[in-house]
Amino acid sequence: MVEFLTQIINGLSQGSIFALVALGYSMVYGITQLINFAHGDIIMVGAYATYVMLILAGTPLWAAILAAVLFCAIVGVVIEQVAYQRLLNKNAPRISLLITAIGVSMLLQNLFQIIFKSDAKSVSNVLPSFPIPVGPLEISSVTLITIATSVVIMVLLQLLVKKTRIGKAMRATSEDAGAAKLMGISSRNTIAFTFAVGSGLAAVGAVLYVGAYPSITPYMGSLLGLKAFVAAVLGGIGSIPGAMIGGLLIGLAESLTKAAGWSQITDAVVFGILILVLLLKPTGLLGRNVKEKV
Amino acid sequence: MTNQKKTGLIPKSKLLSYAVNAALLLITYVLFFVLIANGTINRYTSGIMTTMFINIILTVSLNLVSGFLGQLVLGHAGFMSVGAYTAALFTLYSGLPITIAFPIGIVLAGVVAAVFGVIIGVPALRLRGDYLAIITLGFGEIIRVIILACDFTGGAKGLRGIPTILPQGSDATSLSLAKYSYVFWLAVLTVVIIWAFVRSRHGRAVIAIREDEIAAEASGVHTTYYKLFAFVMAAFFAGVAGSLYAHHIGVLDPSKFNFDYSVEILLMAVLGGLGSITGSIIAAVALTILPEFLRGFEDYRMLIYAVILIIVMLFKPSGLMGQHEFSLSGILARLSSKKSGALKKGKGE
Repeated sequence: MVEFLTQIINGLSQGSIFALVALGYSMVYGITQLINFAHGDIIMVGAYATYVMLILAGTPLWAAILAAVLFCAIVGVVIEQVAYQRLLNKNAPRISLLITAIGVSMLLQNLFQIIFKSDAKSVSNVLPSFPIPVGPLEISSVTLITIATSVVIMVLLQLLVKKTRIGKAMRATSEDAGAAKLMGISSRNTIAFTFAVGSGLAAVGAVLYVGAYPSITPYMGSLLGLKAFVAAVLGGIGSIPGAMIGGLLIGLAESLTKAAGWSQITDAVVFGILILVLLLKPTGLLGRNVKEKV
Repeated sequence: MTNQKKTGLIPKSKLLSYAVNAALLLITYVLFFVLIANGTINRYTSGIMTTMFINIILTVSLNLVSGFLGQLVLGHAGFMSVGAYTAALFTLYSGLPITIAFPIGIVLAGVVAAVFGVIIGVPALRLRGDYLAIITLGFGEIIRVIILACDFTGGAKGLRGIPTILPQGSDATSLSLAKYSYVFWLAVLTVVIIWAFVRSRHGRAVIAIREDEIAAEASGVHTTYYKLFAFVMAAFFAGVAGSLYAHHIGVLDPSKFNFDYSVEILLMAVLGGLGSITGSIIAAVALTILPEFLRGFEDYRMLIYAVILIIVMLFKPSGLMGQHEFSLSGILARLSSKKSGALKKGKGE
């Protein structure tokens, strides 16, 4: 029982990282209908930014986190401006956008492989690590910090989207981009802002991920990103609470599969969930159902 | 394309162009056959040629789904791996002499990959666009994970000791020649079949689905049937390519058939032009040969590919050939009479 509860908490911790990344996918998709394949690699960029600041430059943790968030936000906006904007403006077919996104993902991976070489870099003790007794359980402080940070960030994000002016602009653009434009909302700024927020969230996810798994490679983002994408689809892509729930569920599924002794097929289980969701309820748990118009 | 002269079974002008193409193919085949036989082309170069023809099969078959059917598929390497493992396991364990086992293995590889195509296609093709792309990616990864987890596939160590396609004791030159003959004619066969399919009544139905699925359905095209048909056909040829790959390399490593490999095939199809078979062939040839000239820049290869992919998508999303086809007889016709210049005008997107 204790073992089972530990696995649940591990799953929630892993899942809250997925949720942070899934939020980025979901927000960008909600506004541009673009699956930003490069989003997973933003996590990798964030992890390397943390590595450079903490290990190479020796700055304190808060500075490293701030730098990673800012750097990722800038990278996200640059990617949007350089690679996607032209296609989004031209209303290019979705297939072109998706292929471009795959290209950006390949570009980031290979660029970082050339800069930092492909061997894994170790970033240990990013977050303070000590066991905390909770009832009969012993939980690592890293796990608790991860869950707590994610909860705080999700609440902040809800406030941002629901209570602020730019949040209103985001919701309006996602509802009907054309009408939002007519109401004087700059879709360009809104899209850029969304990319910045999404990438910033991925950077936070990166710091938390590095806290739990202190080894980083140029390819770490691709599988993590795909799983976060599965989480976004599971929760209903375009929906912010959906991304959170989806992330937590995927984290739980993963850690329970591992606990059952099937760690070899964890990835297959996650993609199996994706396939089931797409077949049974393509809009996900909380997604809106959009009828196709002729 | 206008069908202005459709009186006989095969119009005379078409008959001529078929004859020209067939003659050219035969000359090309014999030329390289002689060059390999007398050692002008060494084993290394003929190995690259084999890879090139395998890439042509992969790219053209992917183009059928992504170019003509208009559905992005990110799991082509998955079907290839199914074919590769099927053929390799068959030639390893069937006990038949390799000269008989290999051709059967090729067909078997295609059939098993096609069966996987049906199993995956039936649920996946209910979705479209981005979701279809992601679900094929998911299936591709699942196939790879399962191959890794199974015992009979050799797991992470890979499958070793796949027999060469000639009986043991054959010399290297005849092996190169045998490989070359197999891949050359199978690539030709693939291109001819897909070319004929695309230009048939069924092919027009497939293209209609790309242009507008709802309109196609309203016009009486059985969309589910044709989507599945094109998807399974592509899977079949990917399986065939896999069987050739397995016996060319001799060792199968499951990590080879990952997402990156699927993207590499997609890159060739996109670069050549989604919807152009000749474009696919040109791109497959170019992207197989090019890295050989960039040996010193091996680390930068994927980076360069990524940049090319983004630039092509931004500035010329139709690729090298768009939806046009390169044809000798077309060029001849254009040179001989000015008025038929308008004939080649396709409908760009």
